[in-house]
Formats: sequence, structure tokens, C-alpha cells
Amino acid sequence: MPQNDDPRQVIEDGVVKTNDPVSSAVASPEAATRRHEPHQPPRQDLPEKLYEARKAVHNKRIDGPFRRFKWLVMVVTLAIYYGTPWIRWDRGPYAPDQAVLVDLANRRFYMFGIEIWPHEFYFVAGLLIMAGIGLFLVTSAVGRAWCGYACPQTVWTDVFQHVDRFVDGDRNARMRLDAAPWTWSKVMRRAFKWSIYLFIGFWTGGAWIMYFADAPTLVHDFWRGEAAPVAYITVAVLTLTTVTLGGFMREQVCIYMCPWPRIQTAMMDEKSLLVTYKDWRGEPRGSVKKAAKNPGQFGDCIDCTQCVQVCPTGIDIREGPQIGCITCALCIDACDRVMKDIGRPRGLIDYATLEDCEREAAGGTPRPPWKALLRPRTLVYLGIWSAIGFALLFALGTRSHLDLTISPDRNPPFMLMSDGSIRNSYTLKLRNMTTSPREMTVTMEGLEGGRFWTDRISQDAAARSQAFTVPADETRTVRAYVVAPAGSGQQDFTFTLATDDQQPETASGTTRFSAPESE
Amino acid sequence: MANDDKRIDQPTGTEFVGHEWDGIEELNTPLPRWWLWTFYLTVFWGLAYTVAYPAWPMISGATQGMLGWTSRGQLADEMDLADQARMSVNERIAALDVEKLAADPELMEQAIAGGAAAFRVNCSQCHGSGAAGYQDLGYPNLNDDDWLWGGSMSEIEYTITHGIRQPGEDRRQGVMPPFDGAFDNAQMAALVSHVRSLSGLEQPNAAGAATYADNCAACHGTAGEGNRELGAPRLDDAIWLRGSSAAAIRAQIVNPKMGAMPAFGERLDPVTIKMLAAFVHSRGGGEDFVEAPVEEPVAEADAAE
Repeated sequence: MPQNDDPRQVIEDGVVKTNDPVSSAVASPEAATRRHEPHQPPRQDLPEKLYEARKAVHNKRIDGPFRRFKWLVMVVTLAIYYGTPWIRWDRGPYAPDQAVLVDLANRRFYMFGIEIWPHEFYFVAGLLIMAGIGLFLVTSAVGRAWCGYACPQTVWTDVFQHVDRFVDGDRNARMRLDAAPWTWSKVMRRAFKWSIYLFIGFWTGGAWIMYFADAPTLVHDFWRGEAAPVAYITVAVLTLTTVTLGGFMREQVCIYMCPWPRIQTAMMDEKSLLVTYKDWRGEPRGSVKKAAKNPGQFGDCIDCTQCVQVCPTGIDIREGPQIGCITCALCIDACDRVMKDIGRPRGLIDYATLEDCEREAAGGTPRPPWKALLRPRTLVYLGIWSAIGFALLFALGTRSHLDLTISPDRNPPFMLMSDGSIRNSYTLKLRNMTTSPREMTVTMEGLEGGRFWTDRISQDAAARSQAFTVPADETRTVRAYVVAPAGSGQQDFTFTLATDDQQPETASGTTRFSAPESE
Repeated sequence: MANDDKRIDQPTGTEFVGHEWDGIEELNTPLPRWWLWTFYLTVFWGLAYTVAYPAWPMISGATQGMLGWTSRGQLADEMDLADQARMSVNERIAALDVEKLAADPELMEQAIAGGAAAFRVNCSQCHGSGAAGYQDLGYPNLNDDDWLWGGSMSEIEYTITHGIRQPGEDRRQGVMPPFDGAFDNAQMAALVSHVRSLSGLEQPNAAGAATYADNCAACHGTAGEGNRELGAPRLDDAIWLRGSSAAAIRAQIVNPKMGAMPAFGERLDPVTIKMLAAFVHSRGGGEDFVEAPVEEPVAEADAAE
């Protein structure tokens, strides 16, 4: 981190502090008082505490550009999640017509025009690597934007908080109800709210299973009680986890359970965008009235705590960047609205990089946000990300829809026939990765005088080339018996698989013909 | 490291635990309540588990557990379930004559798979896990197209059911007498040479041919074509059960060794035996069809394609 001009000041966690000993372990008691106030006064005597009770977060309703963006992301992500399984995609008579389908029973993964077989799982691995690097990219550019907008935990927590607001009213009403005794009306209200929770949880689990089977059929079977037990178990488990994680644990998941905030703290640097309280502008805090009486003595923050009240994780952003901040920017909306009302410039809480905070605190002008995005680290991530993407696309475009694997029998490696000829056995797998049946020919190359037949083609019909029909989207396993004349030595030869249809493709593999050592 | 005078981290108001690394100290931050509950729940779960399931080691054995669960019991239950799942296939196989099995490729496939499993348990000890036999001890190779007693499905089924050279059985009883001292050295040498000549290993000789015609042809056939009724091996092919060298053939003439096989009809159910027959038959790839007698099945390949 670049040094500040003022030697008595140091920037730590985006907050300008006095340059007293940095480690709080060695800080004198007064050091704490010189910081801007923590939300609780330091405790002098500590009762033995085994646990920290969760303080319920009752976030206040807020409107603003970031809130509207959050609405948009929520609608889009939920629409994708609930709607995708219902999109149809015509693949002809031999393949399912669901656009996105993870067919575990038949080990196929369909995604629109792409069909992935188990041996092509590297495509999925590639997508996961892209997702990982995508998170790196997003984190280095815009900080924890994933946490703030797109993470399912965030989206579902948001949904559940809206349910709270719909049933119990806004922040103050909810706090009153929480503190109220368990009267009949409170019980009814809670029962109503929790049944909505359950309904959302059930719908979430119900949508999940649609990705693994034909959606309309599954819905039909599900309600008639004819679906597989695993469908009901999955729905039950997901209902439970959705209600628990989204309805009750909420920010506890982000703070205590999720590894991603911890990884991100290591990935962010002074050039990453963060939601930041500009304490050089806000401190010391004072109401509008006080500031009017003593001009020049107070900062812009009027300590209205709107930023705390709207926070979905219940933190105070004015304490600086912290693990509990998911950078959803609702505090920016809240603070901007207050600043507008009292006629002060917006952006007391704003997206800013630590570097810009420092520059701004020293009296400079902040750079435009796009400059924060275009920097080598971000561009390198973008480069790696796109390179993997293009490589996957290239592999997808050039992949063959035909495959042949050969595995020779090892026990016994060869067999002496009564006429002295030598037989080897092979297991051939003919893979037809198209959505229609294909006629194929397997031809032997090499192995002088060799002929073969199979478990379905009699020895009388042994030849150097045999025809097969491979059903659509299937692997046909063939046991091939190759016989070579007496005296043939151990040697390699090749099986070539070729299709006889309009789109000729070939695949071949070389294998070993074993023979007794010549005496 | 116990710390009597509690020191408190001022900014957070949390107590130190007393561990320090390079000036970084650990705070005694309380756990979230749900975390603590989860911890108690796992403790309870652990205790309940040891009561419900076999757990505590005692002097002989271990506690039985309230639920009475055993791994052997679970295996038995799962085997029962698997048997029930196979019931329909077993019934269909039981109802069919073994020769007709090949007409139903799907059933044949299941029979072969079942036979492969039964083969590993019951047959591989002698015939080998790849069914390639063992020449030194005279265990026949089941992959090739040479059959001592017949290679059709029903013949194989009969062999498995009744065994080879089992007392009290009517068939599969052929015995070769020992010719120890019957021939002088020159006769013996000529005979061995003649036997080898039947499959082209040596040039024919008249003396050996005469001895062969007098002593051997009754069972092994005038040209060494063998006799499956008696289990007399073919001598005119490239496959030798106990070796093709002159010494090996001489030893077999002087003091013949004849293999025996247990009758599996007493040990296995008819369905398993049919499955085994299907498996053994499939190993040869149907070579025996060509030369086999009338009771041969329709070639499975023809039926399937």
C-alpha cells in the first residue's frame, strides 16, 4: 500500500487512522478511543460467554439505483432458475426435448445444442474452471459483487426478507413484533409467514429436480406419487436447507459458513472496488442542527444510521470494510437519499477503491470507475478466462460424433485353435454420439490373413470388415474374435471405424495381436 | 497458556486467549449460538449411535446395539433383495430349454453375465479366471473349439450337472487303460511318432500306424478324430490337453492321467447351471457349431442378427 503523505496517518481497511501502533494487541487503551466509535463501547469486565446469540437483522425498505439493480438481478436469476427446465429443444425422436437436462440415469448432459457424454466431462470441468476464474475476475474488478447481487444465498435471503416485510411490516413493526409476547395473533402471523417460507423452499427444491428429468412428466409423476423416491428426498432436503439458510440463518451463512468471503479478502487489493464510507468526509459526526450552530466543526455524516438500518447483514459500514459486508450497496442508496434531503453532495458512502480513498482523503480527485476496471490484473484474468472459453468452443466445434475404443482380452491373451490358427478376443465400443441411428463398418488393417467375427456374427461370416448398426445416442459393445493363420507372430494392427452415411466420419485405434512365441 | 489477569482487546471488547504469533494475538470470540447447538447435537448423536449400533469393545466381542444391526444381517437382506430382483429372469431361464436360450438374445446376455459370476466362484479354481485351463494339470481350456465331451449348450449343461468320471453316473465315464510294458521301446517310439504325425508334427510311419490301429483306433478313431461318447480326445488337431512333445505323449500312453470334475448338479441350482453353460458356450464364440451333431442349437449369431 502506498504511503500517505502525512506520516501520522495510516490507511488501514480504507479508514484513515492515526499512525499509532497498528496491532490492536499492543495498542494502548486510548488508541481505541481515538478511532471513530465502534458500535459498542469496549467492555471492561467480561462475563463468561459460551456463545454469541444471533441478533436478528430487520432491514428497512429502501429504494434507489442499486436497489433497483438488485431487483433486476433477482428477477433475472430466479427466472433463469425456475424457467430453464421448461424450455423445450427439439433433438429429434431419439433424444429428450428438454433444453437443459442432466440425465444421470443415461449419463448425458444436454444444454441446448450441446450434448455432453461422460468421457467429454472436461467440458464441464472447463466450465467450472471458467466460473472460478470468472469469480477472480469479478472480485479483482468490482470486489464482492457476486456476494452482493448474484449469490443464491443473497438472492433467496432477499426474497425471504421481502416476505418478512410483506407479512410483518417494515423494520420498526418487525422489531416490535419480535419483542412482543407470544399472543394468539403473533402465533398466527408467524405461522402464516413460516408457511410462506415453506412454500418458497418447496418451490426451490421442486425446481431443482426438474433439471434431472423431463420436467412436465416429472411434475405429473410427482403429484401422483409416482416419481422416484430420490425426487421426494431431494425436494425435502432442499426445502429444509432453503428455509433454514434463507429464512433463518441468512447473514450467518455469509459470515461464519461461507469460505468465499475469506478467500476474497485475500484476493482484493487497493485497486478493487469496495463499498466504502468516506470517513475523512463524514467525521466527526453531528446532526444538521449541531453543524449549523458550529460551522466547520462537523463532517457530512449526520449519524442518522440509515446505512445500518437498510443493511441486509446488519453491519455498520462506517466501521470500515469487513467480512460481513456483501457489498450490496443498499447503504449507498440510503445515504445518497439522506444527503439529497439535507442538500449535501452524494457519495458519502460509495463504491471506491482503497487507492482512490487515499487520494481523495489527501484532497485529490478520484479517478473514474472504468479506470479501476482496466488494469493489468483484471485484463490478465479476462485473458485467461476468454482463452479457456475459446478453447472449449473450439473443442466443441471440432469434436467427433464417433468414437471407437478397443480393449484386448488379457486372460487369456491368445487362444490356439484346433486347426493351429491363433485367436485373440477384443471388446470394441462403437460410440454413436448423434441423435439418429448410424450404419458403421469396422475394418481391420494390418495382420496378414486375419479375419474377425463377433458374438452376434457367426464364425462362418468371418471377414476383414464387418457392418454394424449403432442406435442413436448409444454405445454398442461388441466382442470381436480375431483369428490369424497358424504361425502368425505377435504384432500390432488397426481397427478403423467408418460411418456409411451422409456425414462420413472415421475413428481408429491400434491394438496388439498376441501370439505364442515361436518355438 | 493460562492467563490469570484477563487482558481485553479494546476495539472489540473481547478477551485474549493468550496465544501470540509474531505480535498477532488470538481473541476469544464467542461462537454463534447455532454453532454451539450443532456441537451439542453431534455429541448427542455420537452417544446415541453407540447405544443403537454395535460399538463398545468388550472382553469378547462388542456391545450388540439396541437396533440389533449386523453387517452380516445387512448383507443377507441385500442378497435377498437382489435375488428377488432377479426372480423374473431366473424364472424365464428355468422355463426354457438350454438350447433355446440363444434364440432370446437379451435373456442369453443376462444368462452369460450370471454365468460369468458363477464361473468365478465355482469353476475358476481349476479352469482359471479366463477359462483358459491349465495344461500341466490337464484342466481343459474352455475358450477354444476343441471339446472332449461335446461343446453344444446341452452337452455343456450335462457335463456341469453330472461332472466327469463321477461314480454312479452313466455317461462321461471313458477310461484309457495303462499301456505300461505293453510295447517295447521301438514300438513305443513308432507309436508316439505316428500319433504326432496325425496332426502333421512328424512324418507318418507304417509300424506306428499298425500299433495305433490295433490298440488306439477303437477309441481315438482311425485318423485320430476322437470320440466324444468316450471322452477320447482328438489327436489330429493342434490342441493337446497334456502337451504335444514325444515325452508327454509317451507318458500319457504308459500311465494315462484322466481328469475328473465334480458333479455340480448336487451343489448348484438348475438355473445357475444353465447360466454357466451359456457363459462357457459364449467363450468359444460358437466354433463348435460347424462340426457339432444334430442337437446343436441355432447359431446364436444368426438368431441375433
